[in-house]
Amino acid sequence: MLIRTRKPHHIGENEVTPESVYYARRRFMAGVAGLGMAAALPRGAWAASQYDDVEQGSHPDWFASRLENANWQAVTAGDNDKLTPFNDATHYNNFFEFGTSKDDPYKHAGAMTTEPWTIEIDGEVARPGTLDVDQLLGEQQLEERIYRLRCVEAWSMVIPWLGVPLSEIIKRAEPTSDAKFVRFQTLMRPEEMPGQRSRFGLIDWPYQEGLRMDEAMHPLTILSVGMYGRVLPNQNGAPVRLVVPWKYGFKSIKSIVRISLVKEQPTTAWPTINANEYGFYSNVNPDVDHPRWSQARERRLPNSLFSTNMIDTQMFNGYGDEVASLYKGMDLRKYF
Amino acid sequence: MRLWRCAVFVAALLPFLWWAFQVAAGQAGPEPGQYLLLNFGQCALILLLLTLSLTPLMKLTRWKGFAVIRRQLGLWTFSYGVLHLTSYLLFILGLDFSALGADLQRRPYIMVGFAALLMLLALAVTSNRYSMKQLGKRWKFLHRLVYIALALVLLHFFWVVRADMGQWSAYAFAGAVLMLLRIPVVSRALGRVRPRRGSGPKAPRFS
Repeated sequence: MLIRTRKPHHIGENEVTPESVYYARRRFMAGVAGLGMAAALPRGAWAASQYDDVEQGSHPDWFASRLENANWQAVTAGDNDKLTPFNDATHYNNFFEFGTSKDDPYKHAGAMTTEPWTIEIDGEVARPGTLDVDQLLGEQQLEERIYRLRCVEAWSMVIPWLGVPLSEIIKRAEPTSDAKFVRFQTLMRPEEMPGQRSRFGLIDWPYQEGLRMDEAMHPLTILSVGMYGRVLPNQNGAPVRLVVPWKYGFKSIKSIVRISLVKEQPTTAWPTINANEYGFYSNVNPDVDHPRWSQARERRLPNSLFSTNMIDTQMFNGYGDEVASLYKGMDLRKYF
Repeated sequence: MRLWRCAVFVAALLPFLWWAFQVAAGQAGPEPGQYLLLNFGQCALILLLLTLSLTPLMKLTRWKGFAVIRRQLGLWTFSYGVLHLTSYLLFILGLDFSALGADLQRRPYIMVGFAALLMLLALAVTSNRYSMKQLGKRWKFLHRLVYIALALVLLHFFWVVRADMGQWSAYAFAGAVLMLLRIPVVSRALGRVRPRRGSGPKAPRFS
C-alpha cells in the first residue's frame, strides 16, 4: 500500500491533542516513512482544472474560498488505482433515500436542498451546537484524498475526495471521557427523498451510521465536502459526508445533519435490517463473505462486457498498515 | 392471427435489442454486465407473469389470440432466463466455473434461480407438438411445473432485495392473483363472464 502524505500545517492552536490521536497519527506517519517515501509533490501543481471531464457545480462561498488553498493530493492511491471517471462516480450510486436503482440517486437527488444546511453536534461533548458547513470546517484546510471505495456489493471505484480529518472537528467539540462512539445521521426529508416515502422500504429512516471513537479519530477518516476538484454532487452526499476508506461504502454516510458523541455502540441502518449480513464494523475483509456473495474479489469499475475487471480484494481495502492496529486482538470473523 | 403472432415476436425481441443498443452506445453505466443481468432477469419474470395471465384472459374474453401466443411467450420467458444466466456466467463470474460451483453450494438464491431455469428448460424442450403427443396426459401434469418455477423465481428475487420491497411486492401480488384465478371455483366463475359460443376455444396448454 502506498500512501503519500504531507502533514497538514493547520492544527488548531487552542487545543491539546488527545494522546490516543497523537499515537494514531504517529503510527500513520511512521508507516509512511517506512515505505521510504519522502518525495514532496510540487505544491499547488494540482489544480481543479486537472479533472477536465468534470461537470462543474455552482460553488457556495464557503467552498470556493477554501478550494484555492486546498492541499492537493495530500493522499494518493496505489499505482494501479486509476481514477474512476467522474461520470461513473456520479451516475452509479447507492443512496437509498432516492431509490434502489444505481441511477436513481442522480435522477432524483437534484431535488434535495443543500443550502441552507446545518449539522447538529451533540451528546458527550463540552461544546455542543448547531453549525453550518462553513463553521463545521472552521479553519481546517481542505485536503485532497484519493481513496479506494469498496462497496459491500463487490464493486469498487477510486475517488479523489476533498475534505478535512474528522478528528479535528470532533476535537473542537471537546468530547468528554464518556464519548466512546460517534453516531451520524443523514437528512430526513421525505418530501425531497422518494425512498423515504416508500411504504415497502426496509431501512428505518433516518439513515444512521457509527464509528468507534478511535476509528473516528483516525487520520484516514475524513468528512468530505467535494470530489474531483469541485463541490460534492447531491447524489454523492452533498454537502458533507463521511469517508472511511477501509470500510465498506455504506459506512461512509452521506448528507450528514447530526453528529453525536455517545457512550454506547449506536444502532446503525444495515445491521438493524439483517445482523447476519452486515456488522457494525464492516471492515473490508476478503476472508469474511457476505452470506449472499463472496467478498474475496471485486469488480473495479468501470468494466465492460469483455472484461469484468476483477481484482483481489485487500484486507482493510489495502489500508491495513494504517488501521490494522485498531483491531488488534479482535476476532474479525465475529466482529465483521 | 399470423400478424398478431409476429407483432408479439417483435415486441418481445425489442427489449433485448434496446438494452444491447444501450450497452453498445455506452449508455448502460460503468457496469454494463450488471445492467444486462438485472434487465434480462426482470424481463424474464415479467414475461412469465404475462404468460400465466393468458389463460385467465382467454377465459374472460374468449379471444383466441391469447391462446395462440402462449407457447411463444413461454419460450421468450425461457430465452430471457437463459440470457440472465449467461450474463451472470460471463459478466459477473467472468466464466470462473469454480466460483459457480461455490456459489451454487453456498448461496441459496442462486440455487433457487438455477432450479427455476431448469424447470423452464424442461417446459421449453417439451413445448412442441411431438412431445405433447408422446406425453399425453402427463404433458399437462409436467407443465404445471410452471407454477413451482414462478414461486422459485419470486423467492430468488426476494433474496436479492436489499433495501426496499416495493417492486418485489408488486410482482408477488401479480403472481398471487394469477394463482388465485386458477382455483377451480374462481376459474369457473371467470368462464361464465362471457358465455361460450359454439365449440369454444381449444383446451388450454397451460392449465
